[in-house]
Amino acid sequence: MKIKHVNVVVIGSGAGGGVVAKELAEAGLDVVLLERGRWVTPDQERKDDLRNQRTTVLGPSCGPDEDKEPRVFVDPEGREQIVWPADGAYNNNAACVGGGTVSYGAMAWRYMAQDFQMKSLYGVPAGSTLDDWPITYADLEPFYEKAENEIGVSGDVTPDPFKAPRRHPLPMPPLPDSRETQILKPAAQRLGWHPFYIPMLRNTVPYNGRPGCMRCRWCCGFVCECDAKNGTQNTVIRTALASGHCELRTHCIVAGITLDTKGRAKAVEYFDAQNHRQTQTADLVVVSGGAIESARLLLNSPSALFPQGLGNRFDWVGRNLQGHAYSGAFGLFDHDVYDDLGPGAEIAICDFNHGNPGLVGGMLLANEFCRLPYQVANMAPLGIPRWGKAHKDYMRTWFRRSIVIMGPSQEMPVFSSRVQVDPKVKDYWGIPVARLSGVDHPHNIELCKFASDKAELWLKEAGAIQVTRRQKTQSWLSAGQHQAGTCRMGNDPKTSVVDKHCKLHDVDNLFVVDASVHANNGGFNPVLTIMAVAYYASDYIKRAWPGGGLR
Amino acid sequence: MYVDRRVAPPILSVSGFMDPSLPAKPMTRRFFLRVSSATLLAAPLFQPLPALAGTWRFFDETEAATIVALCERIVPADEDPGATWAGVVQFIDRKLTGYYHRYQQLYRLGLQGVHQSSLALFGKAFVDLSGVQQDDLLRKLESNQAPGNIWKQVSATEFFDRLVDHTIQGFYGGPRHGGNRDAVSWRMLGLPTAPVRSRRPLTAPWSTTPNPPTIKL
Ligand SMILES: Cc1cc2nc3c(=O)[nH]c(=O)nc-3n(C[C@H](O)[C@H](O)[C@H](O)COP(=O)(O)OP(=O)(O)OC[C@H]3O[C@@H](n4cnc5c(N)ncnc54)[C@H](O)[C@@H]3O)c2cc1C
Ligand code: SF4
Repeated sequence: MKIKHVNVVVIGSGAGGGVVAKELAEAGLDVVLLERGRWVTPDQERKDDLRNQRTTVLGPSCGPDEDKEPRVFVDPEGREQIVWPADGAYNNNAACVGGGTVSYGAMAWRYMAQDFQMKSLYGVPAGSTLDDWPITYADLEPFYEKAENEIGVSGDVTPDPFKAPRRHPLPMPPLPDSRETQILKPAAQRLGWHPFYIPMLRNTVPYNGRPGCMRCRWCCGFVCECDAKNGTQNTVIRTALASGHCELRTHCIVAGITLDTKGRAKAVEYFDAQNHRQTQTADLVVVSGGAIESARLLLNSPSALFPQGLGNRFDWVGRNLQGHAYSGAFGLFDHDVYDDLGPGAEIAICDFNHGNPGLVGGMLLANEFCRLPYQVANMAPLGIPRWGKAHKDYMRTWFRRSIVIMGPSQEMPVFSSRVQVDPKVKDYWGIPVARLSGVDHPHNIELCKFASDKAELWLKEAGAIQVTRRQKTQSWLSAGQHQAGTCRMGNDPKTSVVDKHCKLHDVDNLFVVDASVHANNGGFNPVLTIMAVAYYASDYIKRAWPGGGLR
Repeated sequence: MYVDRRVAPPILSVSGFMDPSLPAKPMTRRFFLRVSSATLLAAPLFQPLPALAGTWRFFDETEAATIVALCERIVPADEDPGATWAGVVQFIDRKLTGYYHRYQQLYRLGLQGVHQSSLALFGKAFVDLSGVQQDDLLRKLESNQAPGNIWKQVSATEFFDRLVDHTIQGFYGGPRHGGNRDAVSWRMLGLPTAPVRSRRPLTAPWSTTPNPPTIKL
């Protein structure tokens, strides 16, 4: 049976795809949202220290399917390895309704104005493809605000003098101070820094018909069982489904996109929940599979017009894969600092995101999400055995007396860090898998050292009696949960993949709307920017739809 | 050349992420509390529990005795219970026939290797060594200096690292996997157990998440 033609097919229901589906469905377009994963619910995926989206020793709880979707990882020495979702080298984010937003820590950063103009501000470091975004912070500001209001953000950024201008405060207040905040906030102030409450996509008070956070220690990496964490699955996707114009099909993996003879996107080919091959035709195709999978999908869709893969005339699809190297420090205190109040991360500074002498860009620094016992057991400072009575003594003495401060260092994109499709390895459905290779820019190591210096300073000022630096010292491929950059947004079709509205150069009715389009990933967790760009791109599509060349 | 480090597929190939060792029904809160208070009263001293004959899924009795002794050195009983009391060996045993299927060979050979090393160094089986001797042997495994032919086939350090990691997982992970009995490690750290709301079905009135569509496979 032929599937009914629709206006829009959105591939992937994560941060970007969820927002686009809602915006277009609400505007009255008929939308089909295809998601390869399933609904993940708190009664199926419970608070499990060993099986979640952060600690995957017993597998990831939010996908992808562990037996069906391998990738190939090429290490810095050029050795190839087949990797699976629970492996670090897989660089997983998630695959379920809501994508990464179901299990994320939910930090909701706006990038700073400088992050959109890195090349103009700093020039291009040797070996990097650093560039400006073709849009500015001012273009995105209204859409950041919309994301904060519609999806729901709490926190208080008013004490941060470095933040980009904003018109309105966040819609929800921060949670009451945890003990770590009580210690770290005055310490940062004594250092002359400007601590404030991290903006978070989390209800702290009832909002949007759902309750406030009950502060459990299983937050980052977990499904929230009181539905206080705001992902796309419990906000925009709900609205999209309620509009009557959006149909969500789960367990549907898209294999490729086909073009018509005029070079316009015509249909997507996918395998449905019964593993049957289906064709969905649409006026408009939106690719929102996340930075690795979106690139894979375009590369897996060659045609006469684009023999090297859709949109890949100039070999930019899949390039500039980036994420965030995390660095910081782990401090031990001579008194209890742990109060078992989630989510854990609460207080941050942006004093070092820009203007660092001799460095390009920077990073926010914040206290970490609640550390679970298994994680702390693996974090033993150097010299403490991992086993025996000494290990137990370490846990009993220090579990409640440690604070970790970390930050995502802004990466300099590298052309050779990339997603390709593997010539040999295929997934369960026979679709060539993503092949990841390359290493990050050496400047990341310098930035990470700087982050560790500052974290160490902060912890010592806060009274830590021993500090262990947690610092990146080697170059490796950076992608993971903050993966971005593989379908860069730019004005020049020769050095970017999509234009400033997220539309593929050369194809009028195909958009990429997810972390792939980030020209630079900032010194911040990326998700609010992905959402803001999705609102912004949707706004363009809605305006262009009536008479425009979109169908 | 591709190296696939997953030598054997998990047992349930249809939905490989489902661990057959997961209890079919979650423990109810009342049951959980009852077990807790009973064991608190009954166990003032935390002796390692003797393994019940015939209860193992993967290990044979000799292997089980050795692994009990090994785990008990990795997380020893002192004022708080150790690995065996906490059910760590049950955790490892279950997982070796489930999610950790791929480590079966490593454990089979590793345990033989421990036996060889123990004979070579002390002339006795590992379980008959003193605590000091056992620790000595563990350190030799850790630094890849344990004697024995088996260690030419499998790396002593790899076996040791895996065993330590699995022991720590069994000790600190959630009780639902068979280890961390009675949430003993969390009690040791003064941590409350996991909230129970998540056991409510998705359609409970408080939930606003839409019903997942039922997929007929
Ligand atoms: C544990 C964890 C903590 C995090 N914490 C934070 C945080 O605090 N702050 C922050 O900003 N970010 C955080 N992130 C990262 C954040 O979740 C991601 O940046 C964000 O979700 C990426 O959005 P996206 O739209 O690019 O892709 P995703 O959200 O990954 O969505 C892509 C979706 O597309 C689907 N898909 C892919 N390919 C196909 C295909 N071929 N067919 C059908 N469907 C497909 C996938 O299954 C997936 O659901 C965290 C992530 C994790 C996992
Ligand atoms: S800390 Fe709050 S938002 Fe996070 S999972 Fe727990 S209850 Fe939900």
